Amino acid sequence: MSHEKSREKRTTNLLTPTRRELLIGAAALSATAMVSRPTLADEFPTAKVNTTGLAVTDSEVTVGILHSVTGTMAISETGSVEAEKLAIEQINEKGGVLGRKIKFIQEDGASDWPTFAEKAKKLLVNDKCASVMGCWTSASRKAVLPVFEQYNGMLYYPTFYEGLEQSKNVIYTGQEATQQILAGLNWVQKEKGAKTFYLLGSDYIWPRTSNKIARKHIENVLKLKVLGEEYFPLGNTQFNSVINKMKLAKPDVIYAIIVGGSNVAFYKQLKAAGIDLTKQTLMTISVTEDEIDGIGGENIVGAYACMKYFQSLDNPNNKAFVPAFHKMWGEKTVIGDVTQAAYLGPWLWKLTVEKAGSFDIDKVAAASPGVEFTGAPEGYVRIHENHHLWSRTRVGRARTDGQYDLVYETADLMEPDPFPKGYQ
Amino acid sequence: MFGDYSIGDLASILVMQGFSGLILFSVYLLMALGLAIIFGQMGVINMAHGEFMILGAYMTYFCSHLFETYMPGLYGGYFFVAMAVAFIVSGTAGLLVEWLLIRHLYARPLDTLLATWGLSLIMQQAFRSGFGAREVGVELPPWMMGSLHATDTIEVQINGLFVMGLTLLITAAVALMIYKSRWGLQVRAVMANRTMSGAAGIDTRRIDRLTFGLGCGIAGVAGSAFTMIGSTGPTAGQLYIVDTFLVVVFGGAQSLLGTIASALTISQSQSTLEFFLTGSMAKVLTLLIVIGVLMLRPQGLFVLKVRK
Repeated sequence: MSHEKSREKRTTNLLTPTRRELLIGAAALSATAMVSRPTLADEFPTAKVNTTGLAVTDSEVTVGILHSVTGTMAISETGSVEAEKLAIEQINEKGGVLGRKIKFIQEDGASDWPTFAEKAKKLLVNDKCASVMGCWTSASRKAVLPVFEQYNGMLYYPTFYEGLEQSKNVIYTGQEATQQILAGLNWVQKEKGAKTFYLLGSDYIWPRTSNKIARKHIENVLKLKVLGEEYFPLGNTQFNSVINKMKLAKPDVIYAIIVGGSNVAFYKQLKAAGIDLTKQTLMTISVTEDEIDGIGGENIVGAYACMKYFQSLDNPNNKAFVPAFHKMWGEKTVIGDVTQAAYLGPWLWKLTVEKAGSFDIDKVAAASPGVEFTGAPEGYVRIHENHHLWSRTRVGRARTDGQYDLVYETADLMEPDPFPKGYQ
Repeated sequence: MFGDYSIGDLASILVMQGFSGLILFSVYLLMALGLAIIFGQMGVINMAHGEFMILGAYMTYFCSHLFETYMPGLYGGYFFVAMAVAFIVSGTAGLLVEWLLIRHLYARPLDTLLATWGLSLIMQQAFRSGFGAREVGVELPPWMMGSLHATDTIEVQINGLFVMGLTLLITAAVALMIYKSRWGLQVRAVMANRTMSGAAGIDTRRIDRLTFGLGCGIAGVAGSAFTMIGSTGPTAGQLYIVDTFLVVVFGGAQSLLGTIASALTISQSQSTLEFFLTGSMAKVLTLLIVIGVLMLRPQGLFVLKVRK
């Protein structure tokens, strides 16, 4: 709306001085009117909005998509790619960014971290992408971070992650660890009267950091007890021993941060060992609807997940988002937390570019704090000074059909705190 | 750590822990059987072993859908059909691969390593293109889920029993075939001295092809059974391959008894250590034990006497 107003202003300026100028102005006006969609592009000439040589033309702007579509991580990253493509298509339908259609170049990180770095460099140096939506694992993000900082690119990173990072060149659209963990633990203490916890995780940085935060919160803030803490190699498929140990320890809450294929083995074996999750409280921060597809709803029914988005959320944004996603990618495709966060990336970038009135990376980075997206499927998000998002934290309970029922959400937006004091 | 528990608790944990060790043993043995046959007899290191397993798992997924849609009445028994289908499909794929790829490389064992690794990548991408990049959930018939309630604290897992039974059956069948059948005699002859058995009129190429097919078929059955305990996705085969090789190499490549003993040692130490330490530490110690033993006995636990 705002751009139409300002165009009127320009036309009136043209009308005032002389008759000759008025005629020229009128001609120019009809010429613009003949173009099928009057664009913002005239208002924001390329030379002005792109002073650093990014791939921006009068009609197009190029962005990159950098995820693994082959290799181990393809299981997880496919959803993110789908969400980003949907967002880009929707933005283009609404006229693009500053009047320019988004064109994307997709590269495959192939689940290999050096490949991620190499492709990131290609997207920034050869293709001059105005922004990149990408990465999933922390390892891949750590691999591309120096590239984005050296060549001054903009990365929108969708996954919930361990925190302890902040960069001018990255917007983190997923939750960092404290956002995801603290509210859930408070809830489980209050609602379930939990006194004792058993922490589990896959053995790498995200589960370890997250459990460290969880343990500090349980012991120091809630003054409760941790009975055990265990890690398993990535890809571990045998959990019977730890299940026996938990049977002996009888924790009120099993707190599980197991990822990937191990998840399937863990929940199937829990069920086979006769642990009924409708009676034993289990809370996880690593199982989204995507994972349940592989685990099977009947194996995890009753478990609680703590994150910021569930496909079943009941709000107008989500009611439009889910059918649009299904229309583009098939009815059976499920939408997990990270997929939704990936969807936010292109939108937040568009809103930031329009706020900055420029595609320049420095201006986009500077304009990012305070940008709010009211159309987010999760409800509402706003970018914090530290380039993470303010967002609500929610607890859902797994149903047999692989969806979550929302059982709790924080009243306020949780503040992102990637370097939490007292939790390190 | 035992201070807080009653004798009853401890006894039941002992039983449960022993049982989970046995399950792990069955799983390891089932994984390794197919590979042991191929590696032992042909000296071919089949890096695509995990992918043949996953082929079997996908066949199970496929069968469960088929039964659900067309024969819902027989759904309870679909798993048996699925295992047969998995055996046939993986076995046939194995025969095909042997004919197309492996037989050209017998003289070059290191090249088979590379070739089968390439094959594993090709198969992974084929699964991804055919079944989608996401993991699929294989639904089990209700009777196969849950556990038998022995006492208040002892639960016997039905799928664990199932895997144990299956492993027993397949191991017995393989042992019978190798030590009692005419084919087995020929296999052992080829294993002992390929050139001589060729000279004695044994069609070594046919034996090789059948052995490879059989090994892959068993991998398929194993994959089918593992849908009960693990995940089914394009790259899930990678989860099993390291442990599989560990069992085969540790046991001594050419001996069925070695494979069994090795699976037992590794599973029991893993499962016991896991109970007292954490999962990752248990793995580290298990690997250290294996390395230690292999340093003392480079051929593995059991060695067949073979004239070189």
